Amino acid sequence: MQKKLFVFISVLLIAAFVLSGCTPKPTDVVKTEEPKPASSQVEVFSWWTGGGEAAGLEAMQKVFATKYPNIEFVNAAVAGGAGTNAKAVLATRLQAGNPPDSWQGHAGQELIGTYVDGNQIEPLNFLYEEEGWLDVMPETLIPLISKDGKIYSVPVNIHRANVLWYNPKVLADNNIAVPTTMDEWFAALDALKAAGVETPLAMGEQWTAMHLFETVLLGTLGNDKYNGLWDGTTDWAGADVTAAIDNYIKLLEYTNSDATSLTWQDASQLVVNGQAAFNVMGDWAEGYFRELGKAPETEYGWAPVPGTVGTFQFLSDSFVLAMNAPHRDAAIAWLKIAGSKEGQDAFNPVKGSIPARKDGDRALYGVYLQSAMDDWNSNVVVGSLTHGVVANDSWKSEIDTALGLFLSAKDGKAFQDALAAACKSSGPCK
Amino acid sequence: MRIDKDRLIGILLVSPSIIAVAIFIYGFIGWSGRVSLSAWKGLNPDYTWVGLKNYINLFSDPRFQVDIRNTVIFTVLFVAGALILGLILAILLDQDLRGESIFRTIFLFPMAISYIVTGVVWRWLMNPAQGERMSGFNILFDKLGLDFLINKWYTTPEWGIAFIAIPAIWQMSGYVMALYLSGLRAIPQELREAARVDGATEVQIYRHIILPLIRPITLSAMIILGHISLKVFDLIISTVGKQLQLDVPAIYMWQTTFDGHFFGRGAAISILLLLSVAVLVIPYLRYSLKTEESL
Repeated sequence: MQKKLFVFISVLLIAAFVLSGCTPKPTDVVKTEEPKPASSQVEVFSWWTGGGEAAGLEAMQKVFATKYPNIEFVNAAVAGGAGTNAKAVLATRLQAGNPPDSWQGHAGQELIGTYVDGNQIEPLNFLYEEEGWLDVMPETLIPLISKDGKIYSVPVNIHRANVLWYNPKVLADNNIAVPTTMDEWFAALDALKAAGVETPLAMGEQWTAMHLFETVLLGTLGNDKYNGLWDGTTDWAGADVTAAIDNYIKLLEYTNSDATSLTWQDASQLVVNGQAAFNVMGDWAEGYFRELGKAPETEYGWAPVPGTVGTFQFLSDSFVLAMNAPHRDAAIAWLKIAGSKEGQDAFNPVKGSIPARKDGDRALYGVYLQSAMDDWNSNVVVGSLTHGVVANDSWKSEIDTALGLFLSAKDGKAFQDALAAACKSSGPCK
Repeated sequence: MRIDKDRLIGILLVSPSIIAVAIFIYGFIGWSGRVSLSAWKGLNPDYTWVGLKNYINLFSDPRFQVDIRNTVIFTVLFVAGALILGLILAILLDQDLRGESIFRTIFLFPMAISYIVTGVVWRWLMNPAQGERMSGFNILFDKLGLDFLINKWYTTPEWGIAFIAIPAIWQMSGYVMALYLSGLRAIPQELREAARVDGATEVQIYRHIILPLIRPITLSAMIILGHISLKVFDLIISTVGKQLQLDVPAIYMWQTTFDGHFFGRGAAISILLLLSVAVLVIPYLRYSLKTEESL
């Protein structure tokens, strides 16, 4: 009896394994259009599988379908882990010599350090010239997404990292003006603390601490020295960085004690709930405030992080052209749409970001995004560390480790030594 | 030696799994070992030989020192806590209670839950917020007037990792209870009765008769809990995410390999993890094989 049962279960298990081998892979291709004879196809790989991102991609895909009806769009999106899963799948495919035609990545060194150094993507200067993109994108943006004069990706959307979110009511109640310099900011924080505001500055888990740190670096060093950190011309062991770390240590004294247990949403929410006065977070926070039903300007306000007025610290999702792309012409067609006014104006209002082009249709965007577009068109553009623009993945992970150790030990000297060492081991410093 | 037909069929039947295990487990362990001796950093494999450099660097790496400290604290608290709680539960259940099977199921149940779920639930319970945003246990303590118990939980500086042992103990003590219970049931009733006749108190019976008899179970439980504890990953990730204060080797390995592309260093951490588990498990396997042979 028992033996029979055992055999039965074994057969069932074997059948289950065999059958599961027959089903399509769960992450496989999601075909969004009814099958029709297409002369070609383009496989676009991303981790945009939900929310505004997936909806934005779909909107851009519609533009693509009307312009190139003969090319079938294959959406090879992989869900999970904010791109971690997708990047692992992509790495496997690239190592096996089976690249998608085009894929998503953070513009800048995150892409360049991984895929250009791995010889996996083509430069796109020809496309920028043909399409006239050099005239419609900010001049200071181009070097940040290039290596040795070669541009490697087409930015679709732009987010801003150096945004100080504040609660207008909390500031008004305490007679505090929005600070524009580090000194004004410290004075404001002191006044709030003295007035009994529990959390003058809200912060969340470790990556949000890195986000705050990069804006403090920028605010303390200024644009040129900040950019110099990433090409090796500013000394990480120098007095400027020491001053930035000192400012950072001071700022941390005004943050909530339970930061490590909060996500970025939790931390940003403290501001709109009136439990905190300030929060430094990228402008995706604005989309979250809208989701919470809060009104811009009355229930939440924004300004550049103190010390960074006139600077737009950006991050961007962009698309690349695979080296030896299976459908190169179709991939170029896709990139043309990704960089076009029509494509970007389809994607960004849905995603809650602004177009990388300066000529986007303002009427499509809300009040915050309009102000971000104005700044994008007029400010100096610098790159974000936390979101992959200025440092490659290895360097960023070393900085992250140094920061994590600092957050538990609060030893500024050791932090600066570790930052200098990270620049030597994984960055351009010699 | 003549191989009879049954034996040949047996070998044929197990050979696919032996081959699969040889390739997919031992082959890849060997490959990781090779990578750990290489300078591989970045997307493309690089097998440049660097000897033990990755290992030497790890031992002077301040992050790895945090990891070792955290692992030791977590392991000691988790193993001791689960053993003690498991033993107490087993002794209580062994007293011929009514509804014993219900209690047994209730205590064993947390083990059926994945560490991810445990982590998410305990993230809420151990919410460290204080003041008006208080929640979880803190608000319970506040309402009960037990203010001195309100604390920062896993955000406590230096000792945050100790609090992660609480959900781990909650999850595994039921399993330890089941192990001990089977051990207690195997002790013949006559032994206890004989001791009672000789005038031993209940405490003396447990101290001098029962506990020595279930020592092998304690050893097995320690090994099982110990290797879970050395490899802990999902529980911490789902409770606190990527925070260096609560870092352990498995998380460092994951982050440095897949976020930072330090494949050589990541492989070295994995090999060290494997060795630390082997140090624990291999003597135990030898011991249990020996005892099986002698039976």
